[in-house]
Amino acid sequence: MNSQILHIAARIIKPLFVLTSLVVLYRGHNMPGGGFIGGLLAASGYIFYMLAYDVKSTLKKMWIKPFELMAWGLLMAFASGFAGLFHATPFLTGRWISVFGIKLGSPTLFDVGVYLTVIGVLLTIMVAILDKEKKWD
Amino acid sequence: MELYYPIAIIFLVSFLAPLIEKRFPAGAGWILSILPAMSFFYYLYRAIEAGTESVVLESFGWMPALGINFSFYLDGLSLLFLLLVTAIGTLILIYSGYYMSGYALKDRFYMYLMFFMASMMGLVLSGNLITLFVFWELTSVSSFLLIGFFHEKETSRSAALQSLLITVMGGLALLAGIVLIHQVTGSFEIAEVLTQREALQSSPFYFAILLLLFAGAFTKSAQFPFHFWLPNAMAGPSPVSAFLHSATMVKAGIYILMRLAPVMGGTIEWKTGLTIFGVTTMFVGAYFSLTQTDLKKILAYTTISALGTLVLLVGIDTKESITAAIIFLVVHSLYKGSLFMLAGSIDKKTGTRDLNKLGGLSKTMPFTTIAALVALFSMAGLPPFIGFIGKELIYEAKVAIPGTANFLLFMGIVSNIFMVAISGIFAWRVFFGKPGNTPIQPKETPLRLWLGPAVLAALSLVLALFPAFFASNVVSPAISAVRATDIQIKIKLWHGFNLVLLLSLVTVMFGVLLFVFRDRVIPFLRKINSRMVKFSFSAEFSKLIEGFLFITKKKTNFIQGGIQRFYLMVIFIVTSAFVWYQLINTQFWNISYDFGPIPYYVLGIVVLMIAASLLAVLTSSRITAIVSMGVVGWGIAIIFAFYGAVDLAITQIMVEMLVVVLFVMVIYHLPVFKNFSSKASRIRDGIIALIFGGFMTALTLKGDQLDLYPNISEYYNENSLVLGQGRNIVNVILVDFRALDTIGEIFVLTIAAVGVFSLMRLKINKSKKQVK
Repeated sequence: MNSQILHIAARIIKPLFVLTSLVVLYRGHNMPGGGFIGGLLAASGYIFYMLAYDVKSTLKKMWIKPFELMAWGLLMAFASGFAGLFHATPFLTGRWISVFGIKLGSPTLFDVGVYLTVIGVLLTIMVAILDKEKKWD
Repeated sequence: MELYYPIAIIFLVSFLAPLIEKRFPAGAGWILSILPAMSFFYYLYRAIEAGTESVVLESFGWMPALGINFSFYLDGLSLLFLLLVTAIGTLILIYSGYYMSGYALKDRFYMYLMFFMASMMGLVLSGNLITLFVFWELTSVSSFLLIGFFHEKETSRSAALQSLLITVMGGLALLAGIVLIHQVTGSFEIAEVLTQREALQSSPFYFAILLLLFAGAFTKSAQFPFHFWLPNAMAGPSPVSAFLHSATMVKAGIYILMRLAPVMGGTIEWKTGLTIFGVTTMFVGAYFSLTQTDLKKILAYTTISALGTLVLLVGIDTKESITAAIIFLVVHSLYKGSLFMLAGSIDKKTGTRDLNKLGGLSKTMPFTTIAALVALFSMAGLPPFIGFIGKELIYEAKVAIPGTANFLLFMGIVSNIFMVAISGIFAWRVFFGKPGNTPIQPKETPLRLWLGPAVLAALSLVLALFPAFFASNVVSPAISAVRATDIQIKIKLWHGFNLVLLLSLVTVMFGVLLFVFRDRVIPFLRKINSRMVKFSFSAEFSKLIEGFLFITKKKTNFIQGGIQRFYLMVIFIVTSAFVWYQLINTQFWNISYDFGPIPYYVLGIVVLMIAASLLAVLTSSRITAIVSMGVVGWGIAIIFAFYGAVDLAITQIMVEMLVVVLFVMVIYHLPVFKNFSSKASRIRDGIIALIFGGFMTALTLKGDQLDLYPNISEYYNENSLVLGQGRNIVNVILVDFRALDTIGEIFVLTIAAVGVFSLMRLKINKSKKQVK
């Protein structure tokens, strides 16, 4: 779409959404938020940008492709399950450590995995549908 | 140090192997071989430390609620197999370091091989039948990758697929057998199952378990009539064949039979089944090895024969036969590992594996020749090699069968005569006589290619001459484990003049006769085979698979005709039918329901939502329909927000927004909106929609009244912060309490994304074709 207003708005909204999504992801464990919502937010930012400009230039700005995002997300979520296994507890049992007063645990990693997967899934679908030139690969 | 550490480390390193190979392309084989070598000594140490009788058992939960644990069970039998796998694995890795150096993708080769080795180690060390099954399947998968390593060749791919299909089918049968064993004994733990002989043998499931166990073991161990995948599997690189035939894969079937022999064995069904299949396989394998000309094919058929012998010995089920089986297992692993590696070296240095083209290699390849001759003598069962002891023990076991089945003895002798003859032919045609007509001028192989075979061949001699340590620390505990009593045996090379020695002499005599008259006999046998053996198991199996694919294609085309409305209808009708049935039959049905005061703004939103959904049904514009569905979604989100479910509300809003955007984008690809449906079909759709919507309403109403598990929300409420370290209960449920569900969901999402991606791609390919 060739609208100057949309272009400027997209340039501002994309980083804003991504930033918000990170905040939502971070606070998700204690307040409303989490990986799923965060992922949706971040993906929305990119999708808005994609609608305002085009698929090619959006993908160019991403240093990681949507397909790879899905793969990394799944891998992280899956790998977080092994933390439990190494302590002789069942797969996906949460393990927690405290670093400088911030609680970090395998569920945190899991949530980040969900976050990345959701972004990857939405962007993959969007790219597949939106790209009219069919030149993505 | 825990028992499973070596296995975990090898699994881990298998994924790093490509990096190691990239960094040290020349020394990767040497470096990686350190791991199995260290594991070898570690397990030997653990076993000796534990003493000869006792069992080392370690366990931790995997899915404890289902009785599925990571248990590790080290006794004499596991130890024997572990030692074979790690020792031969070490030598194979060193060998591969040179052998594979010319190939592309050799980094991946190390990964597959290490993974294969770790799977096999896990299989024999598993103390839980389910984990055993998992490792069992991992060996199938990794051997698929190894056999199909030269994936650009059609024969490799089909051989890999064939072996995978056969062994996985057997694996499925084994799993069913394991589940039945659990039904009877109430446990998956091997240590527990092994104590329940009476329960298993008097159970009505005994025969079913037996058949399923046989199906698993026979497919894996290439017993007739499933033997055909093994000769085809030589399409893989030579180190793989050497590993597959000697210590891994095909020995897994023998292992599971021996492992469960104390509880499943001893019955007439067990003995009859194993004896019939064993003796047939033993004979068929030995017979067909005679008429082959490809070195690797000869060896593959002799492996089949050896596996048949092992199954037969397990089936005879006496102390003597198990002793013979354990010794013969070691004998076979040593000579077969050695010979397959040597066949690979010969192939590498002469460019051919055809008996008719080879000859006189003893002059050009002296080390290879010596190692091969020792291994072949062991295969033929000649003194002073361990093969001789193995054969003597087999004859002894067969002579001593209660109720002497002379037929078994006769078949055994005939098979051994063939073995002597083929060993002689192999040795003579390859290493002596006129120099052959080979594509490459033969040259002695470097250290790495002859070291492995030479070590294994030397062991054949050393173990026969100095058997004391081996007999008391490895063989006796293994026999004790299979017989479930403490047994100490002594291995002797010289058994004195007796019937068994006479039989050996007869065997060698006839074998030599067959060797001398080979030029008359073997062409004659080939003629018989070409006339009589028209039936090819391999080809029939392919036909079977093709037929199966044909039927499934028909079935899929029928059920999934490609009309999306039909799919939706099926889903709606089936779901409503089941849920309605369950709703009507559940306990009580209280229609009167106290709604309580409804705020006016909620009422307003609900009215708006109803109006929007009516509009969506009645409108003839796609955009209007989509936007009004969006209104419904937003309405739900606002109601969520009113009642405090902020998480759900935000998610709902995001999803609604994205769905509307998606729909608008998809419309672009759709044909013009037209009314195709007749009045009758609209009424039908309407009825289905009402039934479906009605059940959702009823479900919601009833769900509020039913309180089947009152503790679950309280549990989450109380433990969210304590166990899950979070105050947002929804999030803690998603990422911790029910994380497995979430994993499933994100996998489904990914699959959906990949589906959309490939659907759009499909279109492109079509348009490209049109351009052409």
